[in-house]
Amino acid sequence: MSTKTDKIDRLAELTASTETSTGASLWVEAWRRLKSSKMAVIGACIIGVFVVVAIVGPWVAPYSPTAQLWRGEVLTNQNVFVGPRAENWLGLDHLARDEFSRMLVGARQTLLVGIVATLLGFTVGALVGGASGAALVLGGKVGRRIDTVVMRVIDMMLALPSLLLAVSIAAVLGQSLTTVMIAVGVVQIPIFARLLRGAMLAQGGSDYVLAAQALGVRKRRIALGHVLPNSLSPVIVQTTLSLATAIIEAAALSYLGLGNPDSAVPEWGVMLAQAQRYFDSAPMLAVYPALGIIITALGFTLLGEAMREALDPKLRS
Amino acid sequence: MLRLVVRRLLQLIPTLLGLSVLLFIWLNRLPGGPAAAMLGERATEADRARIEAALGLDQPVWVQYGRFLKRLSELDLGVSTQTGQPVWDEFTRAFPATVELGVSAMIIAIAVGVPLGYFAARRRGSWLDVTAVSGSLLGICIPVFFLAFLLKAVFAVQLGWFPSFGRQTTGIDATEITGFYVLDGLLTGEFDAAWDAAMHLVLPALALASIPLAIITRMTRASVLEVLGEDYVRTAESKGLSRQVVRGRHVLRNALLPIVTAVGLLTGGLLSGAVLTESVFAFGGIGSFIKTAIDERDYPVLVGFIMFIAAAYVVINLLVDLAYSLIDPRVRVH
Repeated sequence: MSTKTDKIDRLAELTASTETSTGASLWVEAWRRLKSSKMAVIGACIIGVFVVVAIVGPWVAPYSPTAQLWRGEVLTNQNVFVGPRAENWLGLDHLARDEFSRMLVGARQTLLVGIVATLLGFTVGALVGGASGAALVLGGKVGRRIDTVVMRVIDMMLALPSLLLAVSIAAVLGQSLTTVMIAVGVVQIPIFARLLRGAMLAQGGSDYVLAAQALGVRKRRIALGHVLPNSLSPVIVQTTLSLATAIIEAAALSYLGLGNPDSAVPEWGVMLAQAQRYFDSAPMLAVYPALGIIITALGFTLLGEAMREALDPKLRS
Repeated sequence: MLRLVVRRLLQLIPTLLGLSVLLFIWLNRLPGGPAAAMLGERATEADRARIEAALGLDQPVWVQYGRFLKRLSELDLGVSTQTGQPVWDEFTRAFPATVELGVSAMIIAIAVGVPLGYFAARRRGSWLDVTAVSGSLLGICIPVFFLAFLLKAVFAVQLGWFPSFGRQTTGIDATEITGFYVLDGLLTGEFDAAWDAAMHLVLPALALASIPLAIITRMTRASVLEVLGEDYVRTAESKGLSRQVVRGRHVLRNALLPIVTAVGLLTGGLLSGAVLTESVFAFGGIGSFIKTAIDERDYPVLVGFIMFIAAAYVVINLLVDLAYSLIDPRVRVH
């Protein structure tokens, strides 16, 4: 348990230390390096395309994602599927619905799952971690006690394998896309909390905090005005990476049968989970949503990793 | 050292207690509560009251929690609603399969990931490096269950190189000692049984290894790159030590420290992947069991397994910490 926490703490420490010798601010410097990073550019392009598809997808889709076309041509029980052809670029799915339209519409749902889950993890995690870190930085016996208690709970959440935590939550809330979002989001909470707290802790001992203290700046102002903003970079990196994990974990939950049982609303994870049942006769129906998920996750991962490198003071030139 | 062990063991107690509280709350928050979960949707009020009285659900919450805790400590977690067997028995039956799969996956991940990461760092910018980095990024992004499905479709169904499901060909009359089939085959000298079990392991272990392999490769690469830039490596080289000595003693040994931590973390995380991989290959371990437990709403099994897995995870991490303090003398000082 503590190894996991140590790793997160170390990540926080690494990315949070701000030794600006060149004079340029951390953010300006990071932005300059991000622009020249091939990884970042490719990642940003993938994300850009994905976001555009997610926004315009439902409008440009040639068919309704729920319309059952040429029903007689698809005979699931006899393993007869319709492959790609001029009027249906990616063929028809197991209910004779246009796969291409479903992919376009599904992009928005998939993005939504990623964003909502990450937002939930980010908001709650940052609040908890920030409060805990602030309590620690503000010092005093009470602050340290609060921090200890909060971090114990966070460590407990980290001790549960993420998928099982998500499964437990989904079991209480029932099957729906909202459940998946919440379950995936809750899994992210302890990571964000631990990360922000670790970063604030690393900042707490730095010279500028000492200077502010010596100048008599009020403790609350030090914690919120100085330490917090300087601790945000690892959290921002994690937000990007977490969008990728959220999309993948959501797909896994759908595969385990905890996702949206109503396939009228297409989402790539649900589509992938459903298509695997017909994998032997129509493998491409699984490949399309899988490729969508992999490429999107890759985009967020590339950008996140590039940001981590750009913000790592050790690698600054 | 002993003090460290004792202190860490004592730290486990609040964590596990807290977990039991979480699980207890969870069990009580299930739609309709535990009684409805057991009886299904068509239960009458009278049935419900009877079950609730029998389970002691009409008593105060803290009494119920006390009883829950007592049963946990006695490893009595009730009976699986799918099989009618005690949850603990099911767990011990399924556990060796998952351990066997997890260990195989970890061996693949370490045996491939460490050398790959090392040579990628040594030849930074080469095609090997580019392949290793992009491959490891891709490895994280492929959903494990989809990779398992692909492997199965190509190598088991299409090419027929490996069996597509289970841990053993039915009809093979293998003696069971430890429950680890490959080990059992080797111990009893039934080498065909060991080979059969090993062939069943290949595809699931490969699928399960994908994420740890990706992470270990990247971490090794980053770690070796960092160590290569250290002053003591330059010192060692400039005082004329042979290449082997510098690489083995100075670079690799120091670079592997963070990998040990990562391996521990990943071992715990393997369980999530095992649920997905095992269900694709009907592997018959904890993962397959959890998948059916989810499908069948078998709550005693879910609660029990989650508790045991969390405990196993905490213990694994304790072992990793101890191993770490053995390797890295700096940790012991604190």
